[in-house]
Amino acid sequence: MKAVCWYSANEVRVESVPDPTILNPRDAIIKVTSTAICGSDLHIYGGYIPTVQQGDIIGHEFMGEVVEVGQGIENLKIGDRVVVPSTIGCGRCHYCQHDMWSLCDNSNPKAWIEEKLFGNITSAIYGYSHMLGGYAGAQAEYVRVPFADVGVVKVPPDLSDEMLLFISDAIPTGYMGAEFCDIQPGDTVAVWGCGAVGQFAMISAYMMGAEKVIAIDRFPERLEMAKKYAKAEIINYEEVNAGEALKEMTGGRGPDACIDAVGLEAHGVGIEDFYDQTKQKLKLETDRPHVLREMMVACRKGGTLSIMGVYGGFVDKIPFGAAFNKGLTFRMGQMHGQKYMHLLLQLVLDGKLDPSFVVTHQLPLEQAPRAYEIFQQKLDNCVKVVLKP
Amino acid sequence: MTLTSGDKQAEASDLERWASLIGGGALVLMGLRQASLRGVLTALAGGGLIYQGATKRSTIQQAQEAIGLNKPIKVEKTVTINKPTEELYRYWHNFENLPTFMKHLKSVKVYNEKRSHWIANAPLGNSIEWDADILEDRENEFISWASVEGADVENSGFVRFQPAPGNRGTEVKVVLEYNPPGGTLTAIFAKLFGEEPEQQIGDELRRFKMLMEAGEIATTEGQPSGRK
Repeated sequence: MKAVCWYSANEVRVESVPDPTILNPRDAIIKVTSTAICGSDLHIYGGYIPTVQQGDIIGHEFMGEVVEVGQGIENLKIGDRVVVPSTIGCGRCHYCQHDMWSLCDNSNPKAWIEEKLFGNITSAIYGYSHMLGGYAGAQAEYVRVPFADVGVVKVPPDLSDEMLLFISDAIPTGYMGAEFCDIQPGDTVAVWGCGAVGQFAMISAYMMGAEKVIAIDRFPERLEMAKKYAKAEIINYEEVNAGEALKEMTGGRGPDACIDAVGLEAHGVGIEDFYDQTKQKLKLETDRPHVLREMMVACRKGGTLSIMGVYGGFVDKIPFGAAFNKGLTFRMGQMHGQKYMHLLLQLVLDGKLDPSFVVTHQLPLEQAPRAYEIFQQKLDNCVKVVLKP
Repeated sequence: MTLTSGDKQAEASDLERWASLIGGGALVLMGLRQASLRGVLTALAGGGLIYQGATKRSTIQQAQEAIGLNKPIKVEKTVTINKPTEELYRYWHNFENLPTFMKHLKSVKVYNEKRSHWIANAPLGNSIEWDADILEDRENEFISWASVEGADVENSGFVRFQPAPGNRGTEVKVVLEYNPPGGTLTAIFAKLFGEEPEQQIGDELRRFKMLMEAGEIATTEGQPSGRK
């Protein structure tokens, strides 16, 4: 089959590789019909995620059709159309049973790396480094889905892939980001990053009762999208000081909750951005925490920071005094896809959510190298790329 | 390293120190720091309150230790498994199940309720074999075992099951000790657990947890990649 393989920083290739096979009783093989490039794939593409190896198949946001099931699977049959969440959960450990799927104890066969680095184990994620399990990713014609009996949601045949695909990752990530904010009626929620996750976080915040949502980005077309589809007020941080603008827009209080939908490759402005870029290049810090810093200072007293953008290692110059003295609450983590996928599917089926607006580019899988380039450099007003195997 | 009755290179008679033990898991661990696991387990199984601890060691042995040969591999690891103690105890109690999740074991054959025969994988197609006896067996709580005298690789271990607080299943603690002999076997044996025996035992225990909870052991072996 054809698959997108990582080779080195900013280099992916579409290679011919063997088809995946059933390795465990609870496995299924899915023929991928659509797979997206996620913002967090760019961290891998750029070479920022440790333990990604040359030749690894990447990609974790996908849907398709069941073509083979292991002997332990009773609730799926060949031909079923399914969306698969990006985090892999066994469904039987303490964490999965308490709906914390991305903290699964049993899905990561290479857990010792994380145990050393993080002090404990989290779930595996498709195509997202050996630290996170080393599973082959989904930007391929076929993919092996472990624990498929609990790891997929069946979807009806009459809706387009673009309506359903993002239940795999971007929508539950945005939804969980908003849920973490514990939104009270009248709240103002600020969202850093207007990619797909940011857009769905804004829409979810309104669904949960936010009165005002403010979007922060630097690309006009993304901000326009946030204004048009997510009904957000917008701040272009390259044109105005985001911190000051937020103060002005919230009567001097600051947002009640702040959502980070950017993560470790955040861009800032001026000396601080230079500092992060330089330290990251020199390997003196792994992550660029610009958004984190800005949120800690901007958030109102007693407010909440909800961190959905991915961080991998160590960050520098964090204004912890601000967070402590203002009594901020931090909530964060990889999303618990299996917790939300049924609910989100229902929202789509009921016509309450149409996620297809985020798709700006659709390319054949063979053109993945070009697709990564377009997405990384935000060429041609790119917000979201879908690859078609 | 300290002396046990199976040690041939040391002067077992010249006793310098005695350690008292009153029993219980905590004391087993305390004992581990000063004496061999096998001795402690034997003492506990025998109901003995006094255990013969460390002894004067031979010069040859001290030299070997200094250069890293003949060092016992001693590891302890605990994992919480979301299953009742009875279920876990029952599975472990049949030692023939152990190679399913312990990759360093090739097979275990149970002869009778006390004695079993163990075969461990060693590099270059070699294997190491020994007979082991169960020393103590408390249902749903504790199993200890040790190789019988004259084993190529003297080893011992115990597993303890105790209910975890807050309905979180069972805390499973495993302590193992291997005393490699001198000579070629030592080198072979050292490779068995690689450079980080703690990690390997941790992985084996994690596989036990996967098998008990998820019904299968997560793997990526045999999956496709673009590596040539």
